[in-house]
Amino acid sequence: MANKLTLSVLAALLLLGACKSNTEQGNASAKSSATMEEAKGQPEEAEITAAPRVPAPIGNRAPKKLIVKLLTTEIQGEIADKKKYTFWTFNNIVPGSFIRVREGDEVELHLRNDANSVLPHNIDLHAVNGPGGGAEASSAVAGQEAVFTFKAMNPGLYVYHCAAPPVPMHIGNGMYGLILVEPAGGLKPVDKEYYIMQGEFYTKARTDSVLEFDNDKAVAEHPDYVLFNGKKGSLLGANMIEAKVGETVRLFVGNGGPNLISSFHVIGEIFDNVYQEGGSAVTHNVQTTIVPAGGSAIVEFKVDVPGEYVLVDHALSRAFNKGAIGKLKVTGEKDPKIFKKGGFDK
Amino acid sequence: MKIQFIYIITFSVVIWCASCSREEAVPDVAAQGLQAAQLTSRVKMVQIPGGRYQPFYGTDTALVKVEPFLIDERPVTNGEFLEFVKAYPQWQRSQVKRLYADTNYLHNWVADTLLPAGIDADAAVTQLSWYAAKAYAAAVGKRLPMLDEWELVAMADEVVPNARQKKSYSDRIVDFYLVKNRQYNAVKQSPPNYWGVYNLFDLVWEWTDDFNSVLVTGDARSGDYSDNNLFCAGSATSATDVLNYAAFMRFSMRAGLKAHYTVGNLGFRCAKDIPGNGDIKNQ
Repeated sequence: MANKLTLSVLAALLLLGACKSNTEQGNASAKSSATMEEAKGQPEEAEITAAPRVPAPIGNRAPKKLIVKLLTTEIQGEIADKKKYTFWTFNNIVPGSFIRVREGDEVELHLRNDANSVLPHNIDLHAVNGPGGGAEASSAVAGQEAVFTFKAMNPGLYVYHCAAPPVPMHIGNGMYGLILVEPAGGLKPVDKEYYIMQGEFYTKARTDSVLEFDNDKAVAEHPDYVLFNGKKGSLLGANMIEAKVGETVRLFVGNGGPNLISSFHVIGEIFDNVYQEGGSAVTHNVQTTIVPAGGSAIVEFKVDVPGEYVLVDHALSRAFNKGAIGKLKVTGEKDPKIFKKGGFDK
Repeated sequence: MKIQFIYIITFSVVIWCASCSREEAVPDVAAQGLQAAQLTSRVKMVQIPGGRYQPFYGTDTALVKVEPFLIDERPVTNGEFLEFVKAYPQWQRSQVKRLYADTNYLHNWVADTLLPAGIDADAAVTQLSWYAAKAYAAAVGKRLPMLDEWELVAMADEVVPNARQKKSYSDRIVDFYLVKNRQYNAVKQSPPNYWGVYNLFDLVWEWTDDFNSVLVTGDARSGDYSDNNLFCAGSATSATDVLNYAAFMRFSMRAGLKAHYTVGNLGFRCAKDIPGNGDIKNQ
């Protein structure tokens, strides 16, 4: 009897222990207290930007109520080599406007579908905890506006995209963008921040100079273009992103897909920090990082010597032949200790 | 007859509203349409034999039976709708009740009974609500087509009654769908389909009586399956032909509509039961 009692006490203790460790694990993955802080004050319209710019960092502020306004459109724009393409967009740009909020912020999202649109559109933000990421709640036919509200709970860099059927077509035409949810206190300040989003385009000619979506190529996953920021050369020539020697650069990299996974690499740089897949785990000293379709990564690196650094999808046929190429121009003093042409000084 | 008609219309509205839990208001459409004399529709109607067909949404064993019916060979035009609002002033732009049409109702018209210059009287009328389309159909002694009826006719290409297995079928329709401002073109300028029906795809989207009976919820990942007879975990999982992008676009358009919405490229055509066919809807 006594033995039995001891046994059951032991069992109970073991069980408790198990429970405790479960709880600890639970806490580790639960929302931080910052997330559940109440957003106070009058709603403000959030600053949103076109790539490669990003809005100002959130800094050390408390949670706010923010209003984000997006307009869905179907417009012609240049895709490559003087060819036009009928893009479907958020705010007339590909990728759509960069949205930057803090964990705990409450966001009232307005999605207006332009009166001239042929199709209904909506938005699924991967930063949303709720059905469809807001897709159903935001569905709007031409000329209508839909509104939904969500609380940003998980810090990270998230893709948003149109999720109206057929979804691959809406994404394939350019309907994606990024929303950054900064942790309480903000990301560590850096010198330069840029917004880069990859997406591939499956095209056929409607006329000599106008291309449009090709469903067969999309199903086969054989794109004609793999592009950063929706246009060949969007980060080349006068459009290169820039930094000075000694500065730390942070790239918010997204991949709209709809199908390809990006092997994002900056030729001649090593990522000091990578927020893997846009989440909270940070790894160091990374050469090439995966950016999944419908996913992201935040990469940070200090630039040490001047020059032009080439951004590529290191699945290199995409860079060489399909447009997945951009440049970072670094200016400043050379540092022969770090890099120089020729051998050691005699 | 009139009372019976009112009853039936009201009944169908009630049925419709019951099937659509998102729409709280239960407007009395019947009261909005029937004070004046009936109009005559001059649109030729085409007889469709009906039969069992495979809906785009649903399991591949669930064939749906469609009774024989008549359908307008083309969409209702601006000119015809103008006659209607002259006869039924309550459907004029300045008179219509907000419950029945949003603020953009016929907004491109110059005045209540005046089409703008440059708008073809023979182009399909657009920017009108489901209520307005339904009232028009009632006024000419017809009704709106049911979704299954519309889709049955739409399976045809110019050669065969069911072209869904042809690869070119969806691609051609998508090509039509992607052209902007095509709603301004006159009706019947392109070839008819197998049945002799024109302009199903190349001009405007069209209201159907039960446009929201199939809920493609966004990309159909809604957590709420209760009001959805399709139980979609993803729109692609409940569609019978996932390469039929044209149908996805059409159903997603319908799913985004509410009965009072008016859209610049959304019009309608009418249908009718075949007399003596015993269908309750148009007795």
